[in-house]
Amino acid sequence: MDDRTADGGGLAPQAHANANGTAGENGKTTKLKIFRGDAEGGEEVEYELPMVEGMVVLDAVLNVQAEQAGDLAVRWNCKAAHCGSCSAEINGKPKLLCKTRMEEYDGEEIRVHPLKAFPVIKDLVSDVSWNYEVSRSMTPFTSDAQAPFTMYEEDVERLYEPKKCIECFMCQDVCHVLRTHNKHAEFAGPRFFVRAQWMEMHPMDNQNRLKYLHEERGGVGYCNITKCCTEVCPVGIKITDNAIIPLKERVADEYYDPAKWLMRKLRGNRNGARNGG
Amino acid sequence: MDRNGANANGARERYEVQEHDVLVIGAGGAGLRAAVAAADNGLSVGIVTKSLLGKAHTVMAEGGIAAALGNVDSEDGWQTHFMDTMKSGKFINDWQMAEIFAKEAPQRVYELEQWGALFNRTDRGGISQRPFGAHTYRRLCHVGDRTGLELIRTMQEKVLTTESKVYMETTVTKLFKKDGRVVGALAYTRESGKFIYIKAKAVVMATGGWGRIFEVTSNSWEGTGDGVVLSYDAGADLVDMEMMQFHPTGMVWPPGVRGLLVTEGVRGEGGLLKNAEGERYMERYDPQRMELSSRDVVARANYTEVQEGRGTEHGGVALDITHLGYDNIIKKLPTMHEQFLKLADIDIAREPMEVFPTVHYTMGGVKVDPETCASSVPGLYAAGEVAGGLHGANRLGGNSLSDLLVFGRRAGEGASAYVLESTHSAGTDEREVETEIGRVLLPFENKAGTESPYLIQQELQSVMMEHANLMRTEDSLKEGLGKVLGLKDRLEGLRVQGSRLFNPGWHTAQDVRYLVQISEIILRTALERKERRGAQWRLDYDGPDEELGRVNFIVSKDGQGEIGIEPREIPPMPEHLSELFREKVVDSAGGERRGAESQF
Ligand SMILES: Cc1cc2nc3c(=O)[nH]c(=O)nc-3n(C[C@H](O)[C@H](O)[C@H](O)COP(=O)(O)OP(=O)(O)OC[C@H]3O[C@@H](n4cnc5c(N)ncnc54)[C@H](O)[C@@H]3O)c2cc1C
Ligand code: SF4
Ligand code: SF4
Ligand code: FES
Repeated sequence: MDDRTADGGGLAPQAHANANGTAGENGKTTKLKIFRGDAEGGEEVEYELPMVEGMVVLDAVLNVQAEQAGDLAVRWNCKAAHCGSCSAEINGKPKLLCKTRMEEYDGEEIRVHPLKAFPVIKDLVSDVSWNYEVSRSMTPFTSDAQAPFTMYEEDVERLYEPKKCIECFMCQDVCHVLRTHNKHAEFAGPRFFVRAQWMEMHPMDNQNRLKYLHEERGGVGYCNITKCCTEVCPVGIKITDNAIIPLKERVADEYYDPAKWLMRKLRGNRNGARNGG
Repeated sequence: MDRNGANANGARERYEVQEHDVLVIGAGGAGLRAAVAAADNGLSVGIVTKSLLGKAHTVMAEGGIAAALGNVDSEDGWQTHFMDTMKSGKFINDWQMAEIFAKEAPQRVYELEQWGALFNRTDRGGISQRPFGAHTYRRLCHVGDRTGLELIRTMQEKVLTTESKVYMETTVTKLFKKDGRVVGALAYTRESGKFIYIKAKAVVMATGGWGRIFEVTSNSWEGTGDGVVLSYDAGADLVDMEMMQFHPTGMVWPPGVRGLLVTEGVRGEGGLLKNAEGERYMERYDPQRMELSSRDVVARANYTEVQEGRGTEHGGVALDITHLGYDNIIKKLPTMHEQFLKLADIDIAREPMEVFPTVHYTMGGVKVDPETCASSVPGLYAAGEVAGGLHGANRLGGNSLSDLLVFGRRAGEGASAYVLESTHSAGTDEREVETEIGRVLLPFENKAGTESPYLIQQELQSVMMEHANLMRTEDSLKEGLGKVLGLKDRLEGLRVQGSRLFNPGWHTAQDVRYLVQISEIILRTALERKERRGAQWRLDYDGPDEELGRVNFIVSKDGQGEIGIEPREIPPMPEHLSELFREKVVDSAGGERRGAESQF
């Protein structure tokens, strides 16, 4: 970068307790290392800051930003694990910074880096725009029935899990097909299998996305069910068991026995509100 | 990638030029719905958002979306929803907006369902509805406690099916005008720090609220009110700016989560408020509606209990939902359960939450025409939280999400009709673009500057907490105004370091200008409204003032560039609306819900 100043920081205010306006308890401090850099490279920089009770890693990063490094880039919005903005890697594992308490790393070093499966923009921010392109490439929910739909709580219960996704893209980050093998052009990734699964399961949807998943951009065949995605999902979606495996089964059914797929689809559509299909 | 770097040493800045029929600023529920409407009219649409797609405030809404479907309480209808909205707004709402809103909300909910949104169901297979504060009937459509996520994801996926171009992590800094019309905007993209000059025949402002002027707030970094200041600078009228909603229940502990929202859904599902003495004190404030009284009343009650020494350990009151039982809590309030467990080590199925009011919502905003959402400036439309009028002096829970869709759609339609009718071209003199770029880059070049944008923001937030809180007095408001003006003078000294690449310090330097401007407007209008009405609670006046109940305060930039405030008479309600309030004093649900109830 052309003009980053030597201290790499913004303008640190002269005297101020800390960003939360709460003094660290008994002057206790904590440390963390944050990746500072961009697409051209960078390094870890260590920061020391006041320790506040119940502090999450995002609090610490924002404190550093306000007090020591004004240009430190990080994404966040809700601070409540609802929006999926603040995903980054702590000690090599994807985490929501707003949901990870500093105390969890008692005595351990804390090293914060951007998601690795996507190109870094700066510091803790990586370029996740690829995910939105994948999203655009999928056939959206489509129904020829007219709302208000007649549906039941049991339908809602099935759809609720995949619908919980907050698009943190941590499952994408951890999946070796993207992270190690860089199959971004041929593989949609677990987040979008989750999306495909709710649409395929929705009793009012009338599309078939199995060709997309099997032969086109979806690339579900690349998944070898390592379950790493499920392990990192912050909202507890059982991505492998409840989205990928059922989709793989349907792909198998579709390609070996199309009648089976149709049966499932019709059975799913329990109230018959769909015309034709 | 072709990055500009920060060295704008007099050299002509390069910038990208884009052109759209309709430029939508904001990708919350309102902006996305407006974009869909404009795209459906065959227009070219650009959508600008400061965050990634799907991360706007709308994603955080938990409780639900209010619409009188009458699925659970068949007596419900638009009339009751209209009346609840007007009463809660203490009758300074724009009644025409409230009527349109109550009538159209159900269609907008069904449309969401058509586009794939999921809602909890009734036994008969319809959309289920939950009770919420000061709604006469059970009216909030919801899916667990993550309704906002469902709404924004559905709209986001819908938008991606259109040809609209989305500019993610891009921030608008100015609207351009030509011949009195808004004809474009300047924006910059965080990813590269590069400027984009976007020409547009019409602009829809959908930038959300400005909770970030306060220290304790449920709002994210985005809630800095950019749109209201951009519109004001372009000459638009603002309305009801003194009206800030304090949500009764924000988290208080640990310090890092102070202000984080505890959804009203908790009280909707039967949560009880108790002080440190174990007393269910709402009995003393609103014995009829208790915990489900309107937000202004509950917020003041919670505040008062703590002020008077009956607060809990960390300075809050107790909100208890344990009686619902673990299974029901996990089903109905899963997000809240997780939030407290993860962030505060509290299992809400076993122990009460500690809560205290938090700044939440801005009722005031850009004044718009109810039918088309046109502002007072040709070519500029506004919808969602940035627009004012619908909610008056206090917003009902759940009314925002339906507001976004009803008026988001209308703004998109209004802007489309304007573009289709008009023959003007988009864009302005490019020298104006250069000047604006120079202004935005100033904090980098301000070698003599010593002011940190973060510090100014923090100082402003504590000034507003102290002087414009939910109880206000003339002396304190004046003192606050003095302090805000002091901060305004310091803005010239802002300085930031680093490069233009994804630089939050630089971004904050833009934000503080908005925050300071809005704070000044709020303090000045709060000084004008000398009464107690909804969110404006003046301790130096005893109650509501009849005269003031008939006016809105309209703010606009005067000839000298200063804040002009004018009281504007609210036109009388037409017969078909006013008669609703006369029909009966006690309705079937048994409450004194119509007529001359305690409206304040
Ligand atoms: C925690 C929480 C819970 C809530 N729960 C409920 C609920 O249950 N029911 C309910 O009805 N309401 C609820 N609300 C209120 C409701 O969510 C908001 O009022 C509503 O979502 C606002 O939507 P919007 O479309 O107007 O703006 P937002 O969703 O705030 O979106 C604003 C958009 O504008 C963009 N933007 C802003 N400035 C600029 C700029 N300068 N340049 C470019 N883009 C810009 C932002 O990036 C963003 O995309 C809740 C609010 C909060 C904070
Ligand atoms: S289970 Fe499949 S999708 Fe999930 S991480 Fe493993 S390979 Fe990737
Ligand atoms: S499925 Fe889970 S891990 Fe993947 S993006 Fe969604 S919330 Fe994140
Ligand atoms: S900030 Fe929203 S998930 Fe962390």
